[in-house]
Amino acid sequence: MKQGRENSSAAVPIMDAEAIRRALQRIAHEIIEGNPQLSKVVLAGIPSRGVEIAQRIAAFVHRIENIDIETGVIDVAMHRDDVGTRPELPVVRASKLPLPLEERTVIIVDDVLYTGRTARAAMDAINSFGRPARIQLAALVDRGHRELPIRPDYVGKNLPTSAAEKVRVRIGSAKEPDGVWVERT
Amino acid sequence: MKQRWNRKDLLGLRELSAEEITFILETADAFKEVGTREIKKVPALRGKTLVNFFVEPSTRTRTSFELAAVRLSADVINISASASSLAKGETLKDTARNLEALHADILVLRHSSAGAPQFLAQRLQASVINAGDGAHEHPTQALLDLYTIREKRGTIAGLHVAIIGDILFSRVARSNIFGLAKLGARVTLVGPSTLVPREFKKLGVEVSHKIDNVLPNADVVNLLRIQHERQRKEYFPGIGEYTRFFGLTKERAKLLKPDCLIMHPGPINRGVEIDSEVADGLQSVILDQVTNGLAVRMAVLYLCGGIAT
Repeated sequence: MKQGRENSSAAVPIMDAEAIRRALQRIAHEIIEGNPQLSKVVLAGIPSRGVEIAQRIAAFVHRIENIDIETGVIDVAMHRDDVGTRPELPVVRASKLPLPLEERTVIIVDDVLYTGRTARAAMDAINSFGRPARIQLAALVDRGHRELPIRPDYVGKNLPTSAAEKVRVRIGSAKEPDGVWVERT
Repeated sequence: MKQRWNRKDLLGLRELSAEEITFILETADAFKEVGTREIKKVPALRGKTLVNFFVEPSTRTRTSFELAAVRLSADVINISASASSLAKGETLKDTARNLEALHADILVLRHSSAGAPQFLAQRLQASVINAGDGAHEHPTQALLDLYTIREKRGTIAGLHVAIIGDILFSRVARSNIFGLAKLGARVTLVGPSTLVPREFKKLGVEVSHKIDNVLPNADVVNLLRIQHERQRKEYFPGIGEYTRFFGLTKERAKLLKPDCLIMHPGPINRGVEIDSEVADGLQSVILDQVTNGLAVRMAVLYLCGGIAT
């Protein structure tokens, strides 16, 4: 799990709540700029933090343009390519997308972009609901190390990491402030 | 995070914790959504092989498991008793070991002997899913009943569930009793004393032989099929008499609370345990049970078959 523990000894803070706020606001501007037909855009968050991030971006779009763009949930657990090979079985959740997807632009929203396998699974999941006009990808943090030919369209922060490090994101916790940390394991 | 599921087999609800049962129901929520998609198929069990091994005849349970497996992208082989080498005298264990030698990953077993799934689960690497063993357990039927109650009423704890009919021979009743009790429901068993002996009270349920006293207080009535094929005369005076004393007739249904759910595991005997008008009425969730059975079986196959072995 990427759940944040900022006081863990080896955790280096990368983004605080304010930096996250500004990054998501900028992503909202970029989405507005790149999508003249905002009413056709769906922000599909990957549970659980991607869903929270998608809702925040939608709130910024509303504040800037006074347009409500649709949000959804795209669960990737049942589309992963490693079921049956890991000791821990991913927990599946229901997906929820506005239908039909035809003529819409679906923007996949995740907290951390890493190997790209989650994004690939999300594209497969989206395609089982229909055939959107476009699929795009937004991530709060891009930490590199792609294993598939996938690149993001919107990035909050590019964060070069080593594979031995862990990126932890906390967002939308009722008790503690938002933040991004890198942990050496 | 603590793994919420660690079992390779699903043999019964008796050995499951309330938390495990709830986790299956939550997982089924996700798989129910898959049934609403344009493409109703996910790759979760791609490359796995499931064997439907039904030593007792069954159409709906076997079909439901088959469709569940196909929607998870598993390959499915169906074997019935008459077509298998059991008919040629091979033992159950040898048949199952042969299936495993073919690298079957999941074995769904229906058998007339209680304990047959346990017997195989201990001896095979493959996951064993009990699809009904004798008069013992039928866990996926009870899980889909629990799922349907939870879906329609929001919760199970605190509800009063009446299970009506042939309890003595019913694995559906037993699995339901275990599951409902663990999730905090109050259960009353209703039927003639020959089919609902008072010994059942040891399982923590109430027993009644007067259906009209129970119906007005029930939040759910689950009507079990009268199993003609298992009935012997000494238990059971006759169909007409059963209907007169225990059938959910049009008139009796008026005793029910307006929001009481009417359930039946199927296949229904119209005019015997339930009147046609009642089975097709607004309170009936009998077809929801069928739809939910698919989601619950996908969840069970995913959880038992998806862990690395």
